Amino acid sequence: MLAVEMKHINKSFGPVKANQDVSFELEQGEIHALLGENGAGKTTLIRILYGQYRADSGGIFVNGEKVNIYSPKDAIAAGVGMVTQHFTLVPTLTVAENIVLGYSKGIVLSQKEIEQDVAAAAEKYGIPTKPSALVKDLSVGERQRVEILKALYRNARILIMDEPTAVLVPQEVDLLFEALVRLVKSGLSVIFISHKLIEVMTVCDRITVLRDGKLANTVKKSETTQVELAKMMVGRETFGVQRQTTHEFIEPVYELKQITLEGKQGFKTLENISFAVGKGEILGIAGVSGNGQGELTQVLTGLVQPNHGTILVEGKDITRLSPGEISDAGVGRTPQDRHEGTIGELTVAENLALEHIKDYTNRSTLDRKKIQKDAAEIIKEFQIKASPGDQLRKLSGGNMQKVVLARALSRKPKVLIASQPTRGLDVGATEYVRKRLLEERERGTAVVLLSEDLDEVLALSDRIAVMYEGKIRGIIPASEATPEKLGLLMAGAA
Amino acid sequence: MIKLRLERSPAPVWAKALIPIVAVLVTFLITSIFVVLAGAKPLEAYYNFIIVPLSTKFSALEVLVKATPLIFTGIAVTFAFASGYYNIGAEGQLYAGAVAAAWVGATFVGLPAIAVVPLMLVLGFIAGMLWALIPALLKVKLKVDEVVTTLLMNSIIMYFISALLNGPWRDPETGWPKSPEFFEAARFVQLVPKSRLHLGFIIAIVVVIIVFIIIKRTPFGLQMRAVGASKAGAQFAGINVDRTMLIAALVSGGIAGLAGVSEIAGIHYHLISELSGGYGYTGIIVATLGGLNPIGATIAALFIGLIDTGAQTVSRVLGVPVYLGDVVQSTLLLVTLGMLLLQNYRIKRV
Repeated sequence: MLAVEMKHINKSFGPVKANQDVSFELEQGEIHALLGENGAGKTTLIRILYGQYRADSGGIFVNGEKVNIYSPKDAIAAGVGMVTQHFTLVPTLTVAENIVLGYSKGIVLSQKEIEQDVAAAAEKYGIPTKPSALVKDLSVGERQRVEILKALYRNARILIMDEPTAVLVPQEVDLLFEALVRLVKSGLSVIFISHKLIEVMTVCDRITVLRDGKLANTVKKSETTQVELAKMMVGRETFGVQRQTTHEFIEPVYELKQITLEGKQGFKTLENISFAVGKGEILGIAGVSGNGQGELTQVLTGLVQPNHGTILVEGKDITRLSPGEISDAGVGRTPQDRHEGTIGELTVAENLALEHIKDYTNRSTLDRKKIQKDAAEIIKEFQIKASPGDQLRKLSGGNMQKVVLARALSRKPKVLIASQPTRGLDVGATEYVRKRLLEERERGTAVVLLSEDLDEVLALSDRIAVMYEGKIRGIIPASEATPEKLGLLMAGAA
Repeated sequence: MIKLRLERSPAPVWAKALIPIVAVLVTFLITSIFVVLAGAKPLEAYYNFIIVPLSTKFSALEVLVKATPLIFTGIAVTFAFASGYYNIGAEGQLYAGAVAAAWVGATFVGLPAIAVVPLMLVLGFIAGMLWALIPALLKVKLKVDEVVTTLLMNSIIMYFISALLNGPWRDPETGWPKSPEFFEAARFVQLVPKSRLHLGFIIAIVVVIIVFIIIKRTPFGLQMRAVGASKAGAQFAGINVDRTMLIAALVSGGIAGLAGVSEIAGIHYHLISELSGGYGYTGIIVATLGGLNPIGATIAALFIGLIDTGAQTVSRVLGVPVYLGDVVQSTLLLVTLGMLLLQNYRIKRV
């Protein structure tokens, strides 16, 4: 009997088909990996199982019985538990309190009783924990184990782990895997969501690969290899705009030297990042999300200061400059998230003027005529469907992205930082943005393209760097780059 | 069971224009319950609330008198809130301004009005700024929540004033806890003979115009609005978010300080600990009702001035508690906030 069976699941968000006829089977007592790139539909599928989304069509069976799961409560009742990347524990409560929270019987809560209860459960499932400890004093790995115990305490027989290793240090990863293997032996079934090939090949029994919202394949670990999995993950047709020639790297315009960024508790989110981008060159930076691209964008756009290292524009040090000064030094900056890099409440014209407000100041008041005039010109040049006085938040994603790009390009920068420039855009807007990036390249701009869309990186870049766990895993010329090769690097294959 | 769900769907422009009117009507409908409980007829009560105060020249001017401090505090709060700094301390900053004015008004005896009035305004503004400085620094340097710290500063100044009035500033003749009377030139001129309307009202209007220009027409104003709407977006555009908030917080404190100067030099002529009557807190209502727009805040202040005046009329004529005015004010705020929030949604059956 199968622990979980999801049959012919379909789910659309507007025009986007997140899941198309996806079927998935979880056997009793196995660890089953759900593998795929960002946007492949893993999260959607799992949220349907956990009751956070409702499928448009298709059926869910748990232990052979058809179930209707409309909310996480229904999922828990059916024996499905989930441990997310972002924990849902209350830091100021004890481990025991967190575990029984919302699940305790009676009115009076006896601290001693619940601690004994939780200790017994911890013993039973073989998950070491201190019931009386405050959650805020625990390490990330310990907290995760509390989350697992919480799900088991609620009688979960099927456990969904959503990228459980993303937040862990290596030693804790080993502990987690040991715990999972033990639990599976006692009859638990686990869905393990990941995009790290090496982990998947270590701990899982079977692997289901999703690609573009569809089922690519389900295979046994013993019958596959990392290379084959990488191919399944990324092998799809490319479309649209593509660079025709390869530019030879001539003189470096933009250089990063040994950039290191330390996060909380001395954990390095960026480590010794070095690269140079030449005149008229696009350097693509590929990688699965969460491997440091976000932090790198923040450093490149001046939002965060690196702990070590230097950034040069035509040999001039711009490392510790503010965002405004970086712009003035000739770096066109676009934010990773267009909503965070703009101000939705202000108008299109105001957003365009904000970064260079000194140019729009006349006798210490705003030169509103100039703001309007320049905005109208930019809107025309970039074919933005809006008028200068429209509130930015009312624009479509594509038009908003054009505003973001136009703001950077209207200053004729020497360097362009393009971070996730087409994320969430429709085909037309995507093509427009990519064309525009290639035009910049022809103009001689040094372009850094950070993108999780591998097709985009392959289609546009002259050279490609792959980020994995905060480091550059290698820079290869476009001529040598194949999806398989990049896929392996992105997934941290050994 | 019928399940209802809120769905995002912005209201058309004509519906938005109706919000203030509908909000007032809904408020009157809700507060009728309290009017009836207080033993009055609702229609009669609202007639006295709204119409009677405007029907004689004296009471109409009284509306402006009541509105004057609210314009100051409303604008002060607007200035801070517009840049995303939640200054709840206008009440304390008002008293700081009043202390400065009280000192000037009792110290520089003999100075002509042309010198002493500007001196009071400048020192009152600075005092308000200083009282706003500590929470503002804590906010930008250490990320301490300003809502808590500005609020706590309000209590601190009340004790400080109590100490002043029961100590060095105690009235030497009567022994009452009130500061020495202002000399004649330090008192604001009356705008209309035999009314209480004073120079403070004119200054308030000037402040409204200046703040309007700053917020809507200057680079700093645009940066302020950017910071208020999205700190991340503002930072990305190269705006110094902390500096912008710090300046907005200090200017806000200064304007609130002017409210204190205006009340003491225009109405009381000496410092007492009941100077304000919560104008700093009502300023939050004024700013919110005004949609964080200086003109809107002015209209809101005038309306609340009207209800305040009306509450006294209602109380006198119908014998209901004067606190009914507070009930109407507060209900109006809740109704308006609810409508501002819900204008972007519609209810849908699922």
